[in-house]
Amino acid sequence: MKITFKLFASLAVHLPPEARRRHRIDLEVDPGCTVGEVIRRQGVPPAQCAIVLVDGAWVAASEWDSRTLTEGQALAIWPPVAGG
Amino acid sequence: MAWTKNVLRVNLETGTCTTEPLNMQWAQDYLGQRGLATKYLVSEIDPKVDPFSPKNKLIFVTGPLTGTMAATGGRYSVVTKGPLTGAIACSNSGGYFGAELKFAGWDMVILEGASPKPVYLLINDGKAELVDASHLWGKTVWETEETIKAQHQDPQIRVAAIGRAGENRVLYAAIVNDLHRAAGRSGVGAVMGSKNLKAVAVRGTRTDAYQMANPEAFFAATEAGKKVLAANGVTGQGLPTYGTQVLMNVINELGALPTRNHREVQFEGAHDISGEAMHEKRPTDGKANLVTNGACFGCTIACGRISRMDPGHFSVKDKPQYHGASGGVEYEAAWALGAANGVNDLEALTYANFLCNEDGFDPITFGATVGAAMELYEMGVLTEQEVGFKLPFGSTEAMVKLAELTAKGEGFGKVMGLGSKRLCTKYGHPELSMTVKSQEFPAYDGRSLQGMGLAYATSNRGACHLRGYMVSPEVLGIPVKMEPQATEGKPAMLKAFQDLTAVVDSAGICLFTTFAWGLADIQPQIQAACEGDWSEERLLLVGERIWNMEREFNLAAGFTAKDDSLPPRLMKEPAQTGPQKGAVSKLDVMLPEYYQVRGWTKDGVPTAETRKRLGV
Repeated sequence: MKITFKLFASLAVHLPPEARRRHRIDLEVDPGCTVGEVIRRQGVPPAQCAIVLVDGAWVAASEWDSRTLTEGQALAIWPPVAGG
Repeated sequence: MAWTKNVLRVNLETGTCTTEPLNMQWAQDYLGQRGLATKYLVSEIDPKVDPFSPKNKLIFVTGPLTGTMAATGGRYSVVTKGPLTGAIACSNSGGYFGAELKFAGWDMVILEGASPKPVYLLINDGKAELVDASHLWGKTVWETEETIKAQHQDPQIRVAAIGRAGENRVLYAAIVNDLHRAAGRSGVGAVMGSKNLKAVAVRGTRTDAYQMANPEAFFAATEAGKKVLAANGVTGQGLPTYGTQVLMNVINELGALPTRNHREVQFEGAHDISGEAMHEKRPTDGKANLVTNGACFGCTIACGRISRMDPGHFSVKDKPQYHGASGGVEYEAAWALGAANGVNDLEALTYANFLCNEDGFDPITFGATVGAAMELYEMGVLTEQEVGFKLPFGSTEAMVKLAELTAKGEGFGKVMGLGSKRLCTKYGHPELSMTVKSQEFPAYDGRSLQGMGLAYATSNRGACHLRGYMVSPEVLGIPVKMEPQATEGKPAMLKAFQDLTAVVDSAGICLFTTFAWGLADIQPQIQAACEGDWSEERLLLVGERIWNMEREFNLAAGFTAKDDSLPPRLMKEPAQTGPQKGAVSKLDVMLPEYYQVRGWTKDGVPTAETRKRLGV
């Protein structure tokens, strides 16, 4: 199945160079694939994954390996960031 | 003690400058900066005073940690009754001005009356005088700073000045120091303009201006604090690299980015104006918008953005004065100048932001007012004839033109200078003003983030993100994660944030430290700097006392519980897209509980017991 995988800020280096400007790629993953599996498969350091959203909803680190993804969902990840 | 214990009182009417000792009992009760100056203000002015009356006062104030080696210890505030809101106004700025004022030996400068002619206040250590500013009136902030430094042959003078916006009493005029740091919100610059005061220029060289209560403990506490900031992912890496602007994509992804005057909660152009985009090379000249990051006095975070525009951009093509590096957009400015009115041109946003710095006006209120004007235009209420040009959502040219007109006080810029509440009321649609207490929302949708909605409704200076930053728990998971749509526990969490923020704002340090620091990191620094027992419990009590003092001022000024409200759009029009789709504000659920945890009556008035407990 296909999902959208988004990496922002300093994590964009873990995307192919041509995808970094838009911060996203389409990924083909197995049905039942978890958030944690995608993070590991794409080589993103888990310790750098501070904000993890699936379709905009927060997924806590404790749920990464139990939260499965479904067709068409967007997984978006940021390192530790904040603003004001 | 970290206070200088000196107050400079300037009577602008008579032209006299006098020194008086700081009220140390009040320093013990209100700490410094925001709390202490507000105590002075509420004790000296009638809450119902016209903000532009000479009877209103304007206070520049530092905190006990300002000008010390505490990380981010460069903050100062300007406190007055605000003309945009009619409420208490306290606007906080960084840069180097605050530390310089402390080095000159002053905790506070109280400006009263109004000068019969334009003047600026020149402070050289213990000497203060009012100097004729006729030649500076009509000049920008940038020209004013340059002229004063040249006139006194001292490039190290620090200047806080108003531009033409403050002179023209734009109701959201700012006071700008060090060229692009600003006491930006609530119109403190307009009050300064009403007093015919163009600038405060300071040179401080005293090494004995203040003394630490316990220098060795202070050294240890500030060193420990800096290590915490450096090791933290947000303050050590995220903010220095991307600035606050990194939030643009986060908040958009969450469906909490107010777009086109809050009609929508996601902006299709968010990426184009994001922190990441500032790093990308432009196709036009091969250079990135961001040149480097910048830091205020004593800051080890350095979140500031220094930008250089594409010299070929239409807005600056024939204006070489804007081709150099200057203060770039932060998240709030980028949102207000961009998403709030549907503009996705980063270069245009940077130019408009330069103008806000150059002539001293708040980009948040300005940008949000552009959004409101664009909605009125699209409804057919505002016409091209009236504005002078077409004003549809998304028009980069129109946004830029309005910024220029507002800076100069010309044409439709005069109406823009009133802010969105008065603009929308003038054209018969007050409900389209996205404000609380007449001050515009910042960059988070109060429907999508329920806690932020409550924070806006209850903020003492009108809609504001810096009085209780519920984005931390609702988006960033700091200190704990709270679901955006949940209401449970949020009134109590907001109260804690508001009280802690009042402490930070009164200490002389930057609120951004709290992404890494808890009160346990801040308390030892205050304890070592200030004489007396400054336990965490006492500090939180000080914060709560400050919050209630501000509330009492607003109540005496005529505000009631009815003013703790959100525009009908946020209460009735659901978010249309994204993860918060369908959301409206649940303010009616949270507000009664908030009053309760505050120890206020159901009408939002502190009870006799609360007043007694806090000594307000």
